[in-house]
Amino acid sequence: MTTLDTDLAPAEPPRLIVFWRRYKRNRAALLGLALFVIVLLMALTAGIVDPGDPLRRAGAPLTPPLTDWATPLGTDQLGRDIFAGIFYGARISLMIGVVATLVAIGIGVLIGALAGYFGGWVDDVLMRVTEAFQTIPNFVLLLTLVAIMGSKIEWITLAIGIVSWTAPARMVRAEFMSLRGREFVDAARNLGVSNASIIFREILPNALPPIVVYASVLMALSILLESALAFLGLGDPNYASWGNMIGQGRSVLRTAAYCAVFPGIAIVLTVLSFSLVGEGLNDALNPRQKK
Amino acid sequence: MTDTPPVLQISGLKIALPKGADRPYALEGLDLEINPGEIVCLVGESGSGKSLSAGAIMRLLPEPHVHVAEGSIKFRGEEIVAKSEAEMRQIRGRDIAMIFQEPMTALNPQKTVGWQLDEVLRLHTKMSRKERRARAIEMLERVHLPDPPSAYNAYPHQISGGQRQRVMIAMALSLSPKLIIADEPTTALDVTTQLQILKLIRELQEQEGAGVLFITHDFGVVAEIADKVAVLRKGILVEQGPASEVLNNPQHAYTRALIGAVPALTPPPLKVPSTAPVVLKGTGLKKTFAARGGMLSGKRKAVTAVKDLTFELRQGETLGVVGESGSGKTTVSRIVTRLLECDAGSVEMDGKDLLALSPREMREMRKHIQMVFQDPMASLNPRKRVVDLIAQGPIVHGADPAKARADARRLLELVELSPASASRFPHEFSGGQRQRIGIARALALEPKVIVADEPVSALDVSVQAQVLKLLAELRDRLNLSLLFVTHDLRVAAQLCDRIIVMQKGEIVESGPTAEVFANPQHEYTQKLLSSIPGRDWTPPVIRTDAA
Repeated sequence: MTTLDTDLAPAEPPRLIVFWRRYKRNRAALLGLALFVIVLLMALTAGIVDPGDPLRRAGAPLTPPLTDWATPLGTDQLGRDIFAGIFYGARISLMIGVVATLVAIGIGVLIGALAGYFGGWVDDVLMRVTEAFQTIPNFVLLLTLVAIMGSKIEWITLAIGIVSWTAPARMVRAEFMSLRGREFVDAARNLGVSNASIIFREILPNALPPIVVYASVLMALSILLESALAFLGLGDPNYASWGNMIGQGRSVLRTAAYCAVFPGIAIVLTVLSFSLVGEGLNDALNPRQKK
Repeated sequence: MTDTPPVLQISGLKIALPKGADRPYALEGLDLEINPGEIVCLVGESGSGKSLSAGAIMRLLPEPHVHVAEGSIKFRGEEIVAKSEAEMRQIRGRDIAMIFQEPMTALNPQKTVGWQLDEVLRLHTKMSRKERRARAIEMLERVHLPDPPSAYNAYPHQISGGQRQRVMIAMALSLSPKLIIADEPTTALDVTTQLQILKLIRELQEQEGAGVLFITHDFGVVAEIADKVAVLRKGILVEQGPASEVLNNPQHAYTRALIGAVPALTPPPLKVPSTAPVVLKGTGLKKTFAARGGMLSGKRKAVTAVKDLTFELRQGETLGVVGESGSGKTTVSRIVTRLLECDAGSVEMDGKDLLALSPREMREMRKHIQMVFQDPMASLNPRKRVVDLIAQGPIVHGADPAKARADARRLLELVELSPASASRFPHEFSGGQRQRIGIARALALEPKVIVADEPVSALDVSVQAQVLKLLAELRDRLNLSLLFVTHDLRVAAQLCDRIIVMQKGEIVESGPTAEVFANPQHEYTQKLLSSIPGRDWTPPVIRTDAA
């Protein structure tokens, strides 16, 4: 007989479980997640593994790795423990990655959402501003900002956020432009929902998946930008950051390469983990794109 | 019947679906035979496996996920399932041709119509360039395109939808195939164009003596064109036989239910007295979509969607707005709800002109005029739970959230959905269920007027009948006034007390539905009515025990 269209299909498992099933289909993404967890654990346990200031003198300068168990990865030219530096550096890198990304995504979402939703002159004005930012190379703008504001870690983080918001803004704008014409937006308007509610409660949740994916890429980029700054000697000298360590190891690169190599490996693996996680998120959040 | 062998002989065809699909086989044991000069209609609702069977014949299944598991497909006595890909390429296009549903996407937008016709001939024949061009133009003439030489040089976007479908047919027939597979070829077209295309397919098929496998969901079309009918349900062939037999004396319960769900073309008697108070009144509405185009893209002409439209909707009445695509009927629904700003005119409700209100005042008024949208998937925010979707309106208008959610659960019951489904997301429902949710959302604000824009056109017939029944019941019970926009005259006949027929933004005729249907005055209305597929076939009245 005919089935009545009021018969319900069996309930689906909760979203989180579905999400995890899709995510774990991608092996590389699982590797990325494992690496990320390791970096996270390093950041959290830095104080337990090596209590005290990581910038203090821990042994004879330029002790090679695996010779002294107090400093398993050796020391740099000032006698600072590289092992401790890597652990404490994870904190700085993650902190910069998260905060700078939040700043960039925050500005980007706001500008992109307004431009994409309202269109017209609002869009024109906001997009010209965005383009003005885009014409200046990221890193040059970052150097300028740091030169003006100074090398404090807070300012560096903010500056990295400020130079990276243009790409998310354009992405959010594109998402909003396609979503604002959808019927569910009309339906909300028809219920008398205000513009602000439509933007943030109706459209934004639907535009989130690509933003989340891009955020993971942005974290990797922010960490790289900070390292590049520190390499040029513009990092905050009061914190053990991986970039700082490479920057200082540069001068002894020929005699004691390990000073630069270990933090270098840390950066590579962290950035790799974010990229892989981003790819996994993309597969899990936009399942229809693949296959 | 005759001594000529059948063009196509399918026996015991089984198509396997990938693991995790809703059923293991898309088709289970399909038997079908098509003789030369015969049109066989394969009918079924969405998900019945009718399009996959076409894919199997053309060997165009998305293998290896979906593949033929068992059975044989014999084309003129030769087994298709065993053929190599190279052999299939020879057969496709030359011996078996296909006409697709959406002619815009099936044609390459970068190439002219002539180039695409030429390509078919170039690949399969040894004709010279001149001969090919002559043949192509001859084919365009045979499908009755006006001015074939200019159509030969046109790009697909420069001709209309019906003309594009004609081009597709010309392409399909240019090599005189023995079998034509038409997969919902008229679904995307307006009724008047649909009738012309159906006639054309019939005419050419008789000339060529080809067999046609015509896939459709519309019993009206079946009545119009079929010699034989095969009805599919969830991959299982439930009934097969001569068209007149299946249409007028269906045996299987499912076929009976499907045919019983086809709206009859007899409008209900007028029941709302003309003395009922007017709840919504539109006067002199006008909307022009401005010319766009920049420095480089060239100016496009301004399009007048609605010009000088006036209507009245009375309490408890259903007013149908009927017309083909481009007639401006959807624009009307959007102007009235002010989703689209109007150029001139007024929409009066409670003595207030909705179009003159400030945005803040309008937000307040919206609770009196609600809308049911065409696409129930697109109009429900995919990231919200059903209960929140329904309760959203009342909450926005100041109701207590807890009470609004409780009311939403009650509304779910009203639209015959289980209140247990309240905490689910829209994608967990079927199309008809989603439309019920859309209706519940519109009702949540207890509006005076509901504007419904093609609310059932995205649904299967049997579901469509159920949703229409629900709408009619709710209207009578809650004394709603309905502005019902539709392109489907059968649907209009079933639900509307009065109708407005629109053409190119203007009302050409209006009046009580029964009168307009029985005695259309305007030429366009007459044409529309005479184009309804299967208008001469009255679905037999079938008592269904279900539903």
